[in-house]
Amino acid sequence: MSPEAKIEAKNLDFYYGNKKALKGINMIAPKNKVTALIGPSGCGKSTFIRTLNRMNDVIPGAKVDGQVIIDGVDIYSQRIDVVELRRRIGMVFQKPNPFPKSIFDNIAYGLRINGMKDRKKIEVIVEKSMKEAALWDEVKDRLRDNAFSLSGGQQQRLCIARSLAVEPEVILYDEPCSAIDPIATAKIEDLIQKQREKYTVVIVTHNMQQAARVSDYTAFLMLGELIEYGETPQIFTNPKNKLTEDYITGRFG
Amino acid sequence: MYLVLAVLLLFLYDIGSKGAGTLSWEFLSQVPRRGMTEGGIFPALIGTFLVTIVTAVLAVPLGMFAAIYLNEYAKQTRLTRIIRLSIRNLSGVPSIVYGLFGVILFVNILKFGTSILSAGLTLGLLTLPWTITASEEALKTVPNSYREGALALGATKWQAIRTNVLPYAMPGMLTGTVLGLARAAGETAPIMFTGAAFYLPFLPRSLSDQFMALPYHLYVMATQHHSIAQVRPIAYGTALVLILLILLMNLSVVIIRYRMRRVKRE
Repeated sequence: MSPEAKIEAKNLDFYYGNKKALKGINMIAPKNKVTALIGPSGCGKSTFIRTLNRMNDVIPGAKVDGQVIIDGVDIYSQRIDVVELRRRIGMVFQKPNPFPKSIFDNIAYGLRINGMKDRKKIEVIVEKSMKEAALWDEVKDRLRDNAFSLSGGQQQRLCIARSLAVEPEVILYDEPCSAIDPIATAKIEDLIQKQREKYTVVIVTHNMQQAARVSDYTAFLMLGELIEYGETPQIFTNPKNKLTEDYITGRFG
Repeated sequence: MYLVLAVLLLFLYDIGSKGAGTLSWEFLSQVPRRGMTEGGIFPALIGTFLVTIVTAVLAVPLGMFAAIYLNEYAKQTRLTRIIRLSIRNLSGVPSIVYGLFGVILFVNILKFGTSILSAGLTLGLLTLPWTITASEEALKTVPNSYREGALALGATKWQAIRTNVLPYAMPGMLTGTVLGLARAAGETAPIMFTGAAFYLPFLPRSLSDQFMALPYHLYVMATQHHSIAQVRPIAYGTALVLILLILLMNLSVVIIRYRMRRVKRE
């Protein structure tokens, strides 16, 4: 039984100038599943996830070979509208990056830049997104406060709510919990668990327990190469590759 | 450090004490009379005001857009490095050179004549490098995550800059810009060939008229007048008004910064 692919990387190479950061990656992220990317620092997992919404386009000297196919369309083909693509493929960054605006305006940001003017409609979506990100009850009385007044974990959930507001199909998490405490991390993991019902999720993580807890599929990368890919229980209990086994048992990395 | 401060205070005290006696509503609101030995500095005040507006119209938008282009859009190639270096160098060019350049370009080639327009544009060129440099520095302080965060939500590059970068950089950009304008308002050399007049009993009616300006008036009163000793109080009064004006502009920067920061926090 092979799951339906939402995202598929085909022979994906990536270069920062002359440095080859991804070497012929072939893997899929199945629809309505959570796919985790693990591997030692510098293995290319963050680079890989940033190729999925073409966030690397803005880096000078970056070059991509191969294909990333989302819903059957190569997102690196000429016809693709990058702005539209990034609206469909949400991203949550490593460090919470609220904008210097109010909590409300942060979440409404994506709606407004996409041309939504109707105040009522915006309010409804903001509330819905914040509920989905489990933030509503904590901050509903201070939506006008600056987003920086929130704690680190709340800021990250704000960023999640902000990306949910524009109704993406995919959510990319680039080490979302590396800058926040364990309790806040648990809350975010809960969210990710639930998100597979509506979204396709790809998450980069340093934390192997986190990958094991939240994901359905796991990919292990090293030095820009995909070493092993499979269902998460199989990767963690019965890895086929010696390198994977060494990594998950903590022998290096 | 303290020595510099002491010299500055002494200087301000000297001008303040000698100029304060001359300062009055009449001094500010009347035209010079009797061969500029009596009366006020109203035309010079208005002239400086008008010419600074022309300067701002040229230097503010152009400077800000140039900075946005350099920092947000231009690829970092050798060409942009050369452009940036040239801008830094231009800010070090003596103002009299701008004055001569203004005569050639605006007065002669473009036939704007000696006028508010020519002088304002000349001062605009003088201010431009400062505006660009200050604005670019302000843009550099905006965390990249504001840009990436906006792009990741489906913002176009310009949307990200307009809604998420500029509001953050604006206090810094305005500071540099107004400081540049304040400096331009106090310049004499660039305007004395391009439009400032020795003495005009009336106010300029259009941008192509000549005008009186505070710094040039001061220069005239201090060195060119037929009886310098007699008009000394007027010269001190003019100097004081000029210094207060520039102080006021710099103060407005502080207020703008303070208010914008407060708005951002709310």
